[in-house]
Amino acid sequence: MTTLDERLAKPRLTDRLVVRPEIGALLGAVVVFLFFTFATDKFFSASGAATWLDDAATLGIMAVAVSLLMVGGEFDLSAGVMTASTSLVTAILATQAGWNVWLALLVSLVFALTVGAFNGWLVMKTGLPSFIVTLGTFLALQGLNLGVTRLVTGTVQVSGMRSTDGYASAGFVFASTVDVGGTPFQISIVWWLGAIAVAAWLLLRTRFGNWIFAVGGSAASARSVGVPVVRTKILLFMGTALAGWLVGSINILRFASVQANQGIGLEFQYIIAAVIGGCLLTGGFGSAVGAAIGALIFGMARQGIVFAGWDNDWFMLFLGIMLLAAVLVNNALRRRAERVRR
Amino acid sequence: MSHRWKRAGRAMAGLLAAGLLLTACTGPAAEPKTTTPAAAPTPSGPLKVSVITHGTAGDAFWNVVKNGAEQAGKDLGVQVEYTSDGDPGAQAKLIDNAVAQQTGGLVVSMANPEALRPSIEAAVRAGIPVITINSGEDKSAAYGALTHVGQNESIAGQEAGKKFKDLGKHKLLCVIHEAGNVGQAQRCDGAKTGFAGTVQTLQVDISNPTDAESRIRGAVQTDSSIDAVLTLNSQVAARAVSAIKSVNSKAQVATFDLNSDVVAAIKAGDVLFAVDQQQYEQGYLPVQFLKLYRDNANVVGGGKPVLTGPDLVDKSTVDKVGQYVQRGTR
Repeated sequence: MTTLDERLAKPRLTDRLVVRPEIGALLGAVVVFLFFTFATDKFFSASGAATWLDDAATLGIMAVAVSLLMVGGEFDLSAGVMTASTSLVTAILATQAGWNVWLALLVSLVFALTVGAFNGWLVMKTGLPSFIVTLGTFLALQGLNLGVTRLVTGTVQVSGMRSTDGYASAGFVFASTVDVGGTPFQISIVWWLGAIAVAAWLLLRTRFGNWIFAVGGSAASARSVGVPVVRTKILLFMGTALAGWLVGSINILRFASVQANQGIGLEFQYIIAAVIGGCLLTGGFGSAVGAAIGALIFGMARQGIVFAGWDNDWFMLFLGIMLLAAVLVNNALRRRAERVRR
Repeated sequence: MSHRWKRAGRAMAGLLAAGLLLTACTGPAAEPKTTTPAAAPTPSGPLKVSVITHGTAGDAFWNVVKNGAEQAGKDLGVQVEYTSDGDPGAQAKLIDNAVAQQTGGLVVSMANPEALRPSIEAAVRAGIPVITINSGEDKSAAYGALTHVGQNESIAGQEAGKKFKDLGKHKLLCVIHEAGNVGQAQRCDGAKTGFAGTVQTLQVDISNPTDAESRIRGAVQTDSSIDAVLTLNSQVAARAVSAIKSVNSKAQVATFDLNSDVVAAIKAGDVLFAVDQQQYEQGYLPVQFLKLYRDNANVVGGGKPVLTGPDLVDKSTVDKVGQYVQRGTR
């Protein structure tokens, strides 16, 4: 063995695992899962799993898109409110203007992609941190949500989706339930799995994925070797907006109503899920699968606390501790990974 | 390498598609198959009741509801679990969670009835008795709840208006602080009905206290015949009191909702009376009703909602009620 060049030597399994960004999240998920499985009697049951997977699914769709953006070195603080904006556009067009739901969904998709492209364009054009730019978009959308809703409906919530044209077919696609062994699971879980598959494939198996890592690692170096930095980043912002539209559509068709103040504050949950999943705040490193696992931890913890019958007041404390623990573990593993690589 | 991945991907996609085809899908609009309702839980052992509201964590009003539910649990030997989330989607998931745990009874506040409908109907189908509280009165029976416990906003407004009339007032200003809040409009409309004099409404912004105060000041300045002001929230009441003082208007204030500031203001004579919806009862009574329903198949209300308010608190009762506000039960 010693005569071989070290680059040709087969690395040990533990070393191979430890360089994966999602390994910390995976360990965390296993710990949380086992903990609630043994601490409560209904957490590990078909209907229990349907509950926490349902909770993790919509968060997970967003976290996966946000993780790609974060690997690309940017933030999107408008992602949370975007889920409400798209719901509102769909709901107002369908209930107030009497459009077919599919047409309303199409228009809200165009709206979302436009806002996403605008975010990306402004970040690239001005060179301002995306944190600031998307904070502006977030506030603007928040005001727009409230202002337009009140202007059009006179109230702060839009309801009445169930009696619109095409609700049945759209609802079947976005908000139906899938019976597995007699327990209804939300279709959003399937969408989530689809989002994970697409994002992981993009990131790991395509040229575009290499561009994402490149622009997140160092935009200047990426540009000098011919990576289309502007196009890549704008597409990533459009990606989070697309995910926002998907979650917004799932919500409006499932709950048939939407409040103007929905979605505020969720953007940080997406970022937290991505960070638990191994994404770096500085960009250039992370994983879509990890972000999905981060969202799963979120869903399991949120519903697990209820299954355990603990006082809900402590949820945020639990969340904060979990975030810190996950980041510390990720950090330790990454240091080790860098040693392995060397 | 990449070939193998492609092949694996194709296989996965095929599996997924096959799986989807095999599983039975139910659209949200499709009527659920009529299953035989689950056998009612046998009336033995401790009853478990889940109280799920739309209050945000740390909200003073909902804290009183929580205290009521927990006290009822202690008094009756019922295991009460209180959870809340202001987001209707998250609240629906909490209801699903309680159903998954086969809770013995559900108490739900419906600020956004439509969003909760599938979850509540699923609970009813699973044979879990549901009682709605605080809001969503008109949808309660339609969704299959046993009864609704809360305050009817129109009636509460009427009572407040009537009280002003009895006090000999002629012109009332009703201050709305959340545009588009249906309940607030109902309160002011009710006040109109009960008052019988002229009623004006004024729109202020709750999140901007300075603006609220200056608008109320402007309103009582421009029309000196206003001799009564009704606010719909204790914070706005405090703003109204200082606005009226600053321009030496003769108008007197009454408000919805109680807190220690309002109690102090009533004692000081700055506020005439408070319209209390006694939300402690909205926590306490449903737990009692659910226990009666399980042990004795009793229902309460005769198909009508059980009203917990309004109770008008004025100088004559404020000392006693004030103590209870302090300990978080009024």
